[in-house]
Parts: sequence; C-alpha cells; structure tokens
Amino acid sequence: MTIDNPVLSTDHSQASADEAHSHGGPAAAGASYADRFASTDPAAFEAPTGREEEWRFTPLRRLRGLQEDAAIDGSGIQVEISAPEGVVVEQRPVEASDRGISGYVPIDRVSARVWASTAEVTVVDVPAEAEIAEPVFLTVTGQGEDTATAGHTLIRVGAHARATVVTFFEGSATFAENVEIVVGDGAALTVVSYQDWARDAVHHSNAHAVIGRDAELKHVSISFGGDLVRHDTTAVYQGPGGGVELLGLYFADAGQHIEHRLFVDHNEPKTRSNVLYKGALQGQDAHAVWIGNVLIRPEAEGIDTYELNRNLVLTDGARADSVPNLEIETGEIEGAGHASATGRFDDEQLFYLRSRGVPEEAARRLVLRGFFAEMINKIGVPAVGERMLAAIEAELEVAMSGELGVEA
Amino acid sequence: MSNLTISDLHVTVETPEGPKQILRGVDLSINSGETHAIMGPNGSGKSTLAYSIAGHPKYEVTSGSVTLDGEEVLEMSVDERARAGLFLAMQYPVEVAGVSVSNFLRTAKTAIDGKAPALRHWVADVRESMDALRIDPSFAERNVNEGFSGGEKKRHEILQMELLKPTFAILDETDSGLDVDALRIVSEGVNRAKENTGLGVLLITHYTRILRYVKPDFVHVFVDGKVAEEGGPELAERLEAEGYDRFLAKA
Ligand SMILES: Nc1ncnc2c1ncn2[C@@H]1O[C@H](COP(=O)(O)OP(=O)(O)O)[C@@H](O)[C@H]1O
Ligand SMILES: [Mg+2]
Repeated sequence: MTIDNPVLSTDHSQASADEAHSHGGPAAAGASYADRFASTDPAAFEAPTGREEEWRFTPLRRLRGLQEDAAIDGSGIQVEISAPEGVVVEQRPVEASDRGISGYVPIDRVSARVWASTAEVTVVDVPAEAEIAEPVFLTVTGQGEDTATAGHTLIRVGAHARATVVTFFEGSATFAENVEIVVGDGAALTVVSYQDWARDAVHHSNAHAVIGRDAELKHVSISFGGDLVRHDTTAVYQGPGGGVELLGLYFADAGQHIEHRLFVDHNEPKTRSNVLYKGALQGQDAHAVWIGNVLIRPEAEGIDTYELNRNLVLTDGARADSVPNLEIETGEIEGAGHASATGRFDDEQLFYLRSRGVPEEAARRLVLRGFFAEMINKIGVPAVGERMLAAIEAELEVAMSGELGVEA
Repeated sequence: MSNLTISDLHVTVETPEGPKQILRGVDLSINSGETHAIMGPNGSGKSTLAYSIAGHPKYEVTSGSVTLDGEEVLEMSVDERARAGLFLAMQYPVEVAGVSVSNFLRTAKTAIDGKAPALRHWVADVRESMDALRIDPSFAERNVNEGFSGGEKKRHEILQMELLKPTFAILDETDSGLDVDALRIVSEGVNRAKENTGLGVLLITHYTRILRYVKPDFVHVFVDGKVAEEGGPELAERLEAEGYDRFLAKA
C-alpha cells in the first residue's frame, strides 16, 4: 500500500506553551543517522565541544570529563542479581562474553571510551524457547565513588523465548555503560531501565538492540533520579516482521538534565515501531531532551511507525526540547507519523474538575496521575508499575508543596 | 429554601483585540425548586453567563454580583462555588485522560461532601443513576469523556448532577444534539433531581423542545448579553411560533 502523504503527519496542536518546541524535518544531507560514525577506538572521536548536533543539548560540564579523558576505571558499582530459573546471568571477562554480537559499535567518544575501559560484561542469557514468566532483576547500586565506572551488559534471548529484564539504578555514581540487546527470531523481550539514582548521579548509556525476524522488543526507560542522565537507544532489525515498542517516562526536577535519544532503523520490510515518551518537568532549570529519529530505508517496504513525545511543564523555569525526525526513503509504507506536544496544565481540564468541587491541588494531582496512567498499563510489569506509582506520588508531593511556585 | 440572585452582571472576555463586552447587565433571581428557562439566539451570551457563575477564569466580571443565600459567589474560587451548591452541566464537557469515571465521581463526591461517601451506598447510588440514565456500566472504568459520543457526554453530566446533589444547576444546552430518546432520559434525570432534592434549575436552551419534558416556571429571553423579555411558560410557546426575529430586529 502506498500512503497518501508519504512524508509525515505531525500534530502540534497542543504545543501551545511558551517552552521550546523544536521540530526537525528530515536531517540535512550528510547528517543522516544512517551515516552515523561508529568506532571502538576513542581516539577516532574528537572530544565534543557542545556545538555538535548530538551534543548541543547536553550540559558537557556536568558530564565529569567522560567525553574527554577522565578515568573510567572505577569500581563504584555493585550489581545484585535476581534471576528466575532458566535464565543464566553472569559477569564474564570481555574475551569470554560475545561482546559486540549485536553488531554494536560505539557511536560517540564516551561509549568508545567505555568500550576500551570495560573489563567484565554482565551477560543475561535466555535459551531458545524458554518462557520465563518472572522478570530478571538487576539492581545496580552506586557506591558514591568519585571515579567513573564503566559497564557493559549483553541481554540475549534465543529464538521463540519470552523474558523480561529489569534493571534498577540506585545510589550515587558516575556510570557510563553500553548495553546490547539481541532478540532472537520470534522471541519477545521486555527490557526496563529504571533510573532511580540519587540526585547527584551521572549516567551515560548507549543501548543497541537487534530484533530478529517476527520478534518483539519492548524497551522501557524510566528516569526519576540523577543529575545528568543521557541515554541513546538504537533499534535495528535482522529479518522482516519484527516490532519494537520504545516507552519512556521521566520526571525532571529542579536542575536535573534528562536526555533520551532514540534511533529506530527500519532496515527490513514489514517491521513496526511505536515510540511513546511522556515526561513532566518542575522547578528551575529542570531540563528534558527527547530526540526521536526514525529512518525508513529503501528496502523497508510495508513498515509502520509512530512516535510521540509529550511533556507537561509544571512550573516556570523548566524546559523541554522535543525533536522528532522522520527520514523516509521509500513510498511503500503502511504508516509513518510522529507528534510532539509540550504544554502546561490544561486550564479547561482543571476548570472542569474544580467545577465539581475538587480543590485545585487535588485537581492537578488527578490530571498528572492521569497523564502517566497509560504508561503504567503499557509497561505491564507490576513490580515496575508499583515503584513508578510511588515515585510519581513523591514527585507530586514536591509539586504540591508550593515551594516550586506552581502557578495558581 | 435557597435563592440565587444575579444582579446587573457585566462580563468581558479577553480577545486578541482587547477585552470584549459580552454580558451587559443581567438580572435574574431563582429559588429552590424553580425552573427558569434561558432562551436566546447563538452568540447572545448564554454560555458566558453560565461560565461566569461557575467561575471560569476566561471571563472577567467587571461589575454586578451573584449571591447564593446572600453570600457573594464571585468572591469564591471555582471549587468553593461547587461546594457551596452550584453545578454547571457544560455544553462541551472536557476529556480527562487517565482518570476513570468512577474515580472522578468518587473524588468529586468526597470533595463536595467533605468526606468520602459510605462505600456500599455509594456504589449502589452510582449504579442506580447510571441505570436510570441508560449509561452502560462499562463507562465507570472509562476515562472521563474520552471517546464519549455527544449524547453520552450529556448523560454523564446529568449523572454527576444527580450524584453531587447541588442546590442550583445550570444546564448549558444539555438538550443540544440529543435524539428524542436521549432527550427524554436526560429530562427524566432533571425531573428526578428536582423532585428528590428541590433542585433549582437554570435551563439554558436554544430550542423549546426540552421544555415539553422539563416544565419551566419562568422563561427569560436572552439577547445581546442581557434579558430582553421575561414571562411564564407561554413565552416559550410564543418563541416556538415566532422565533427570535422580533428580538433581533429590536437589538
Ligand atoms: N473566548 C472568547 N473569545 C472571543 N469571543 C468570545 C469568547 N467566548 C465567547 N465569545 C463571544 O461572546 C459571545 C457570546 O458567546 P456565548 O456566551 O458562547 O453565546 P451563546 O452561548 O449564547 O451561544 C459570542 O459572540 C462569542 O463569539
Ligand atoms: Mg452556548
């Protein structure tokens, strides 16, 4: 089927707030994500200056030198593993780990330096056809060390297997990691990366997922804590018919920088992608960045993609940058759309609730909970949903304490 | 016996070209148990009157007063007005994503009463009202107004009115867009509330059709931001026969 409007459908109807809403069309020639430079050699990358497209939103000074030459050889991370029967989770030396099996090659100086500094790989192996009902839980706890720590995780799910892997990040650390995700043919995997860091943590992450024929990956990124969280997640396909769902939820408080960069590479026909990231921001210099890149290659006929980012800006002084990018190189697609909306509380909703007697604060709570409710359902991992609900309630306490000057 | 009195109400709305005068001196008084129909052509300011009484922030009252049993309503916040006993059934009810009807109703009831309703009675009351208004039980778990048809939204407004038991309700074109069956169901709901709680009703409508089911005690013709003529039910019949032309020509 050929779509009527082969470029993009955009809904900016709600991008009414004064906050920045940038909108990229197809990337400029030569800047395509398809041509992204990649190398395992840190020296192959210049140290970023902040003027580069991929670094322009990141406060480099707060990256603690990861992008330059600061040591990444700390051991300030403890990993606690809880794995149900049938799943093998092990820390292996790099040489014995199949690192790179996903086809991942570092895409920036930080990830190349992490690659060079990594000694051990956390390997999560789900054998073919294993159906693992209970999630694998990895709890990564920062020990408050000054030196940055490098990490590498490889999650590999064999053909027709089903599994859920949840990583909780807690404590205080400067942590830079690379993550590989390999979803075998016909398999279904849910991966949750839950940032519940202490307020001063720095977390730089590159995740690279390869989705087999007719396989399904649900990748969830949840960010509450940290000073600077910068995640770059890439999904590519190995065979037709695969689907990826990229879900994100974040809550940026005063001074926090939370950045999500996504790249879905539709390199195979009949593949699907669905991206939904929702965030709330409150307080001076709370900053959220969402870059959603989708590339539909000439051979990717019959694909279907949709991406949506919504930001709720709760106070003055917070800023959300949201840039959806769709590059389409074939006209033979099922559907392709994106939307980005950054707004304040909807006055009409608040009026409606208040006209039913609900006091203003309670009305704001209802609207905020409602804003995130669909995410909890979509994520579908109860242990994660419960923790999220509690975290959202805690954020609401901050929002409602009045200290942030929530507008009347 | 309660009373709601609107005196010399002047209201402007902010537009890009500056404030625009919409209400130009509205006077109206209504007691418990009474039904007043407010009829007028599109754009005459009926919704503005309704929203101003409810306290919508878009409308600025430049002079006049609205008192409920002598208390100045205009000094109350939006939610205080609701807790004081006022209810507005909106012409265009608002969607609230992620908030279920049942959660919304319980939250509102708790706010209005100042305490959570006794669970068993509440569940029974909600079910009974939904039944009477022919609202499918599945709506309790749906998000407020999301994907509701026009008629479903209106019935949901009346459901809230029935459960929250206000002293005065303003129904802003609740009849618009309803088919005959829905109109009858909604009208029965209004009549039930009148009978059970002595509700006073300000029934804003463009058409006389609903007045066959909900009998007005008084009719006010609203033109160009104020009451142009008032009388008993016979005035509605005249409007039915003659339309609003007579008033528009004069205005
Ligand atoms: N927000 C607004 N901005 C500009 N004009 C408005 C606004 N709200 C209402 N009006 C104008 O005020 C007048 C009365 O509107 P309204 O109260 O909705 O009338 P009715 O309900 O009788 O149809 C109309 O001319 C309408 O265009
Ligand atoms: Mg109207």
